[in-house]
Amino acid sequence: MTLSKADVDHVARLARLDLSEQEKAELAEELSAILDYASQLQEVDLDAVEPMSHVSGQHAVFRKDEPHVSLPPDVVLKNAPDAEDQQFKVPAIMEG
Amino acid sequence: MLDFSQGIRKLHEALRAGTTTPERLLNESFERIEHADGEINAFLRVNDLVSRDRLTTKAAIADAFSPKHLLDGIPYALKDNMCYEGIETTCASKILEGYIPPYTATVAQKLDDAGAILVGKANMDEFAMGSSTENSSYFPTKNPWHKEYVPGGSSGGSAAAVAAGMVPYALGSDTGGSIRQPSAFCGVVGLKPTYGRVSRYGLVAFASSFDQIGPITNSVEDAAIVLQAIAGADTHDATSAHIDVPDFSAKLTGDIRGLKVGVAPEFFADAMDEGVRQRVEEAVKVLKELGAEIQPISLPHTNYAIATYYLLAPAEASSNLARFDGVRYGYRSQNAQNLLDMYSKTRSEGFGREVKRRILIGTYALSSGYYDAYYKRAQKMRTLIRQDFEQAFSQVDVIVSPTTPTPAFLLGEKTKDPVTMYMTDMCTIPVNLAGLPAISVPCGLSQGLPVGLQIIGKMFDEQTILQVADAYEKAVDFAAVRTAHRKEAK
Repeated sequence: MTLSKADVDHVARLARLDLSEQEKAELAEELSAILDYASQLQEVDLDAVEPMSHVSGQHAVFRKDEPHVSLPPDVVLKNAPDAEDQQFKVPAIMEG
Repeated sequence: MLDFSQGIRKLHEALRAGTTTPERLLNESFERIEHADGEINAFLRVNDLVSRDRLTTKAAIADAFSPKHLLDGIPYALKDNMCYEGIETTCASKILEGYIPPYTATVAQKLDDAGAILVGKANMDEFAMGSSTENSSYFPTKNPWHKEYVPGGSSGGSAAAVAAGMVPYALGSDTGGSIRQPSAFCGVVGLKPTYGRVSRYGLVAFASSFDQIGPITNSVEDAAIVLQAIAGADTHDATSAHIDVPDFSAKLTGDIRGLKVGVAPEFFADAMDEGVRQRVEEAVKVLKELGAEIQPISLPHTNYAIATYYLLAPAEASSNLARFDGVRYGYRSQNAQNLLDMYSKTRSEGFGREVKRRILIGTYALSSGYYDAYYKRAQKMRTLIRQDFEQAFSQVDVIVSPTTPTPAFLLGEKTKDPVTMYMTDMCTIPVNLAGLPAISVPCGLSQGLPVGLQIIGKMFDEQTILQVADAYEKAVDFAAVRTAHRKEAK
């Protein structure tokens, strides 16, 4: 499996990563080597095997539907790079 | 002269007898750090003020200190991916620089409740992704045995801090071997509990179906004591298991007669270090002399474990690390034009190379068109690997193997080639895929560097792996090797 720079570009966009041209070239090589190694999974017949997502076998664990005290807004916002009026502040979403 | 390696019980007895005090233990810890950590770099942060504040609180309560718990008044270190209210937690990443958690992880809360005193936050591979602690965004940690060698990873800071005598014990986290591998490399004991045994609340998530917190200690008994304090169900972690917590020290009798010990050829790779092979074979002989029955078993899908893990864990990581976007905490890029640009610039400037690599692999494995070929196939292989263990555990009580195929490698030796670095986890990764408990206990030296013996147990049967590890430890006295080496180093 060989990833091109364009493949890396596509995946980087999905992952919200902004890569330099040099990083793209290097990562194309590194990721290809990893996928090459992982291709050994293709040699096994797995058609009849159930996929496993978790070891515990626990499903949908519920707690009682009772209100709890949450962290106060000023504490939650303390780590924010930018905040105003008890809200997280981000750059403009739309132009103009 | 205090020596943390004499064990938690001895420290506790000294505190109870009044021959030492929590303050003296804490000072000893600070002095060891002051003396040795300039070179080792095990700590990202030492919390002088916070720990002294806790001591003052303690002193105010009682004139003469009388420990209420085995860990009361004894210092410890936390890997920097576990939150402690008010103390910076970075996961050794630039993207979390300056993050001060508003809450405390359940494990740290439980240790607090027991009276333990947090000394500082230990270095690690960024977001626990790595096997050498060279992926820390701040500095690499060095192996206390030989400073040109890595301490292992990702809990390399925790393992080095214990091995260098800076703290009596530390907590690490283990997703693919990150407690056991550095413990093996540093000649200390490392225990990864069964998935679900210990709450993950307050542990910054890497791969949520694998991550598990556990102790790194000087002895098997210490591992049992610390596990006792941190184990149990937690309403804050829905994956924590509602299963009774037994007395983990109950079976530390030294008696393992009649226990069935499985040995699988798949864990002894052709490329493994000859010294490691010999030490582990000798260890199996010791278990036999102690009265255990050695039984050959087979785990036929072991060779596929690394490929499986390096698709599944990055897939989970790519999802977990989506939260680092510069909005709610940590670093935000100042060069962004709009929101989308802010996300991608923040993440690109904040994450290191290995983290980016894994996010990309994981995103690729989950992306449309590749999901079935990569992610789902790996999930199916995970089923087969787990079934291998289930089959084996119908015949034996524990399985032993090397913890790692080689002893510690040189700093910089494997950083250029990710796949070679991943191979160092070939004996530990299958255990995480299956969710089982396993412990690494020192079993001698190869080329002057420590070798780890891994003992794997059935689900929620930490008692038996602790029993076997303890009997082995008592029979071989690795502590003498460690003491001799420390004297030589001085």
